[in-house]
Amino acid sequence: MTILDASPALAGHWIPVCPYTDLLPEQGAAVLVDDRQVAVFRTFDGALYALGNLDPFSGAQVMSRGIVGTRNGEPTVASPMHKQVFSLVTGVCADGSGVTVPTYAIRVTDGTVEVSVV
Amino acid sequence: MKDRERMEDRTRMRLVVVGHGPTAHRLIETLDARGFDGTVTVFGEEPRPAYDRVALTSYLSGKSVEDLTYPAPDGVTLRTGVRVTAIDRVNRAVTTDAGDSEPYDVLVLATGSAPFVPPVPGRDLPGCFVYRTIDDLDAIRDASRDARAGVVIGGGLLGLEAADALRGLGLETHVIEMSGWLMPRQVDEGGGSVLRGHIEGLGLTIHTGAGVRSIEAGPDGRVTSLVKPDGEAIDAQVVVFSAGIRPRDELARACGLEVGERGGIVVDASMRTSDERIYAIGECALAAGMVYGLVGPCNTQAEVAAERILDGPATFTGADMSTKLKLLGVEVAQFGAMSGALDVTYMDPVGGVYKRLFISDDAKTLLGGICVGDAGPYNALRPFVGKPLPGAPSDLLFAGAGKASVDLPDDAQVCSCNNVTKGRICEAIADKGLTDVQGIKDCTRAGTTCGSCVPMLKQILVKSGVDVGKALCEHFAHSRAELFDIVNVRGITTFSQLIAEHGTGRGCDICKPAVASILASLGRGHILDGEQAALQDTNDQFLANIQKNGTYSVVPRIPGGEITPDKLIVIGEVARDFGLYTKITGAQRIDLLGARVEQLPAIWRRLVDAGFESGHAYGKALRTVKSCVGSTWCRYGVQDSVGLAIALELRYRGLRSPHKLKSAVSGCARECAEARSKDFGIIATEQGWNLYVGGNGGFKPRHADLLASDLSTDDLVRTIDRFLMFYIRTADRLQRTAAWLENLDGGLDYLREVIMEDSLGICAELDAQMERHVSTYVDEWRATIEDPDKLRRFVSFVNAPGVPDPSISFETERDQIKPMLIPLEVTRR
Ligand SMILES: Cc1cc2nc3c(=O)[nH]c(=O)nc-3n(C[C@H](O)[C@H](O)[C@H](O)COP(=O)(O)OP(=O)(O)OC[C@H]3O[C@@H](n4cnc5c(N)ncnc54)[C@H](O)[C@@H]3O)c2cc1C
Ligand code: SF4
Repeated sequence: MTILDASPALAGHWIPVCPYTDLLPEQGAAVLVDDRQVAVFRTFDGALYALGNLDPFSGAQVMSRGIVGTRNGEPTVASPMHKQVFSLVTGVCADGSGVTVPTYAIRVTDGTVEVSVV
Repeated sequence: MKDRERMEDRTRMRLVVVGHGPTAHRLIETLDARGFDGTVTVFGEEPRPAYDRVALTSYLSGKSVEDLTYPAPDGVTLRTGVRVTAIDRVNRAVTTDAGDSEPYDVLVLATGSAPFVPPVPGRDLPGCFVYRTIDDLDAIRDASRDARAGVVIGGGLLGLEAADALRGLGLETHVIEMSGWLMPRQVDEGGGSVLRGHIEGLGLTIHTGAGVRSIEAGPDGRVTSLVKPDGEAIDAQVVVFSAGIRPRDELARACGLEVGERGGIVVDASMRTSDERIYAIGECALAAGMVYGLVGPCNTQAEVAAERILDGPATFTGADMSTKLKLLGVEVAQFGAMSGALDVTYMDPVGGVYKRLFISDDAKTLLGGICVGDAGPYNALRPFVGKPLPGAPSDLLFAGAGKASVDLPDDAQVCSCNNVTKGRICEAIADKGLTDVQGIKDCTRAGTTCGSCVPMLKQILVKSGVDVGKALCEHFAHSRAELFDIVNVRGITTFSQLIAEHGTGRGCDICKPAVASILASLGRGHILDGEQAALQDTNDQFLANIQKNGTYSVVPRIPGGEITPDKLIVIGEVARDFGLYTKITGAQRIDLLGARVEQLPAIWRRLVDAGFESGHAYGKALRTVKSCVGSTWCRYGVQDSVGLAIALELRYRGLRSPHKLKSAVSGCARECAEARSKDFGIIATEQGWNLYVGGNGGFKPRHADLLASDLSTDDLVRTIDRFLMFYIRTADRLQRTAAWLENLDGGLDYLREVIMEDSLGICAELDAQMERHVSTYVDEWRATIEDPDKLRRFVSFVNAPGVPDPSISFETERDQIKPMLIPLEVTRR
């Protein structure tokens, strides 16, 4: 999987993915946006985050199945494969390796979750 | 002259060792560890390689010869069952009873000692034994089958151990001791009387200040009684002599080496005899003026000799003869001197406790101490012998393994079995960055023999500034065991409540599954109920094991490994219809691999309909109870191992624990089910079942320890119930039973006290918790497929539930699927 640079043609292009209530607190879900896999998360306070679903360490599309938590107050997800922890805000891995997963914009409009992969 | 220069024109030194006991073993091991490059030939008179003689008695309670045998030395020529009969010092060769001879450049005598048998009439009758080797124990066990009563001659350390063994073999047991009280070498008269109270309480008969006039035979020529000098006859069919030991110096004597007046091969501080090519070590040596009858000093002597053979400078100048042991359930300890100008004594004849400390005349220096019934002061105070008292004497009598010991001087010996000082331990902690007791054991050997110094090792770690932090993670300052108690006692049912009241933040991948497991162990709901689902690792969340390409494996339960042909066919059909890879696992069941998330419920539906349920291969829970075919089919079997394995697997299925739990049942001592590599393993005996705990295969193999023997099925189940619940309650997160047991203060004895004697008064609660688990068990797969809410999660994409994950693809290998992995591109910031 290649991480693409933002494509101007798609800027601000919001794609509806599911009702907000389909997302369970402190859990992730995988969504398909065009042909890209995105992991969306709803944290305990109701906030939403979107990351690439690809676990960069294992190469499997599994980030949405990780455990959601916090590290020093920052919301995180741990890869279910080998447990590396990533910030939901920046996508940066907390192990100091500098490995990063892409983050995407996410919002709720009229009860529907929308993701922009730009 | 250096040993190496004695090799003349040969390039490799020829080392010959006579005797293969614990001391010879330590010598060979040390030489090997230090890179000795000569040839080593070892002669052992016993028919088997060296074994742990200190643990000899455990052979009667179920340990096997293999358990006791030390790991085989590499690159050594070992000739067991061969006795050396003479030493030719001129030609430098030994001759053997096999009729050959073996030349040496350097010779080491490690011939140990032999029990002393006083010259009483009848001492050679059938039915008279000594207590020294595995063969001795085999003979005693055989003779005890048709015996009513037995007598042990000698009430010292080994005599009482032998008496305990006779009692264990079901004999009415007497002990005859010449001196006025028991264990005269370790305790004084006061201690002896308290000890006697304990032992008589167990039903043994003690005769002190008594000797033996004769041993009498019956018409069959075997022992029937023993007559004391006062004419009293004691009924006995088994007599064991344990009246002291004599160094085996006969070879040395015959070839003219210097021996002591009362026996023992005289050696200097380098462990060399009067012939500089010959060393003597262990119980046959007279070193620093005495023959040492304890393994600790013998090991030190072996290490000194090894270093000398490698041209090192080590010396042996005497050793601490402190002892601490548990005999017939009573702690007895002695350290330092057994007398002094001043002493403080505490004696409680009712509670069976006696403690006495000896102090210098200025009341400033600790000289020694004696403990019976509570060895607490031994651990705390032994390192202070010859040093200023660390506190008021009367307080010290009650010092547990208390804080006194933390302020030990560096030269204080912490581990007496392996002669390791506090300084050496601190050095290892600092140099190697050690953070746990296991690290100290690996690096220094401290704590690896009798284990009594382990609590002190922990304290030294703490004192060295190592954070043996118990905090689970940044969200909880508690250990897993503490959280278990909090959840249990306060009746907490959710993670949110626990973290709000007892933690900070919102948890993480460490504390969430740990708390989920605690909640599940205590039976607080289905693991995917409401909020609990969010706590689970992906495996628990999807009730299947994640594989490298993001697919899952499905493992249905096959209790005890027993399965009908029809069920086998169903598994085959399911695998075929869903295109899964199949493999038979090491746990006697079948793994179906390559299932995508959205396929899981349909697969389970087919399996559940055919009578299968979840095998919990994904959970930190009971996995399987393996079994051999047992007495139903096997011509050797003595019990129905399959039936028991199935019953146990069904009882403990789904039990959530700090780590996975494995078990196995073997139908006889041949152990085909490999039960001793399991967390709890059961081996059938003629009378019932032997229960072993704390075994492990995998990365760090460990043989399980015998917890109890010859249990009835009911007693067995109750003991396992409590073992599991106590482990679940007190273990750390991801700590297997093996590591838990090794770190448990007081080890196996403590475990026995807690779960078999109810020393903490918690057994009723443990039993109730297990009962609740058994009665509320439900199959997690069934509960999931029957609940539309839980099924919502089993989709590939929330916005495209029908589209399979396009990144998952397979190729074919040996007629089955195999994951195809996409090369990775990683972004770094
Ligand atoms: C029941 C029991 C319990 C014990 N408990 C403790 C305890 O709790 N703590 C403690 O510190 N110590 C204990 N000991 C003492 C401890 O076992 C000994 O200190 C230790 O075994 C000494 O080891 P060794 O190798 O010097 O001698 P040994 O163990 O006696 O080994 C010597 C070996 O050499 C062989 N041998 C002798 N002559 C020849 C020859 N000519 N040719 C070939 N082979 C020969 C012998 O057959 C023997 O196998 C206990 C001993 C016994 C018997
Ligand atoms: S352990 Fe015993 S009963 Fe079981 S298969 Fe092996 S020999 Fe037979």
